[in-house]
Amino acid sequence: MRVTVIDYKAGNLTSVLKALRHLGADAEVTDSDLALVEGAERIVLPGVGHFAATERLDATGLTATIRAAIGRGVPFLGICVGMQWLYAGSGEAPGQPGLGQFAESCTRFSESNEKVPHVGWNSLDVRSGSRLLAGVEPGEFVYFTHSYKAPVTADTAGTTKYIEPFSSAVERGNVMGVQFHPEKSGATGLKILRNFLEVER
Amino acid sequence: MLTKRIIACLDVHDGRVVKGVQFVDIVDAGDPATQAVRHAHDGADEIVLLDITATHEGRATLLDTVRRTARELFVPFCVGGGIRTADDAAQVFEAGADKVSVNSAALADPTLIDAIGRSFGAQAVVVAIDARRDPDAADPVRDAQVYVQGGRKLAGRRVVEWAREAEARGAGEILLTSMNSDGMRTGFDCELTAAVSEAVGIPVIASGGAGTVDHFVDVFGRGKADAALAASIFHFGLSSARSLKEELAKAGVAVRLPC
Repeated sequence: MRVTVIDYKAGNLTSVLKALRHLGADAEVTDSDLALVEGAERIVLPGVGHFAATERLDATGLTATIRAAIGRGVPFLGICVGMQWLYAGSGEAPGQPGLGQFAESCTRFSESNEKVPHVGWNSLDVRSGSRLLAGVEPGEFVYFTHSYKAPVTADTAGTTKYIEPFSSAVERGNVMGVQFHPEKSGATGLKILRNFLEVER
Repeated sequence: MLTKRIIACLDVHDGRVVKGVQFVDIVDAGDPATQAVRHAHDGADEIVLLDITATHEGRATLLDTVRRTARELFVPFCVGGGIRTADDAAQVFEAGADKVSVNSAALADPTLIDAIGRSFGAQAVVVAIDARRDPDAADPVRDAQVYVQGGRKLAGRRVVEWAREAEARGAGEILLTSMNSDGMRTGFDCELTAAVSEAVGIPVIASGGAGTVDHFVDVFGRGKADAALAASIFHFGLSSARSLKEELAKAGVAVRLPC
């Protein structure tokens, strides 16, 4: 299984590559090779940190190339900030547009007595029919670290509650995203990554 | 529900896991990579590797140890010891760490926290604080002092104030070690942990003093800790993270189970 991992200097790239290769994937990395992305069989956009870092995707021309690949049906997985990038944008960097595959925007957790960022293992409630989350039982735990989150919508594949329910996984056709870090979520996370690697176009 | 994390800590010296009592009297406790994978397999929610002698001896963090340890580890992995610059941090991330913990170097130059946070995100920066109460102080908790160089030297900062500054500079978590309790197995310093946890809006990891299940129940309750770190109770087969978490669940603490 060949998978193209996008490096935009804001990912925990090593961890993601390690997990994909552990699963037997032939993972290649690029920060600017548009031809490589045009020929990609699957694309993973990892990410931690600030939404503003996605500006680099625009600057390198990767945004348009990825959009075209998604249009051709290439399976795409965004992780953490990489998932948020699939939306119209994020309150974390209001001037920086996302890919707009999902019309909503990501927002910061509401003010409460709870700590932000949301850090640690939280449970996942899976909506039926998700290919990405196939085989994940209700209440399985995954690892999160984030301050912004996506709203629950018709495209939500999995929800998690912290302060309020949010979309911890999103999926429409070949476009998928997870707010948590599957590469750091033990056996559950590896199962989800394997699902992505095996999803049929 | 967000669960309380049980973090297994590997103190590493010359490429071996070691365990001391109150930062001295060090004994060997195995190979870091083997130990890390075993702890993850046994239910630890996270692994912290601290190169406890790196700062003292002026060595760079043992990148090979990090690389080897990270290879088969699919839970969060934090590395500390000898990280003085954002470039040092970058090497540790490249070797496979998800977070770095900074201590002495951040006290010497607090802008290190800002620099790492800017490049790698707040979630990647853990500020480790080695704290000792002064029994003669008017308020031993408020006046608890920060130590550096592996507990060898006073930093001249109060613990709670330093934690607040670390958060303001972009730290993602605080790892608070009570030097008074370290290795004693007499319980965490719940008062100090609660004081720090209430003073900041980021997660606080309690460290130092774990000996029994009740100590963890106490630090998650009264101590308001978001995570707790332990080394010695795991190393010598006294308990696994899984059995600890099963006991915690019975006591009403939300933990990741099954794991």
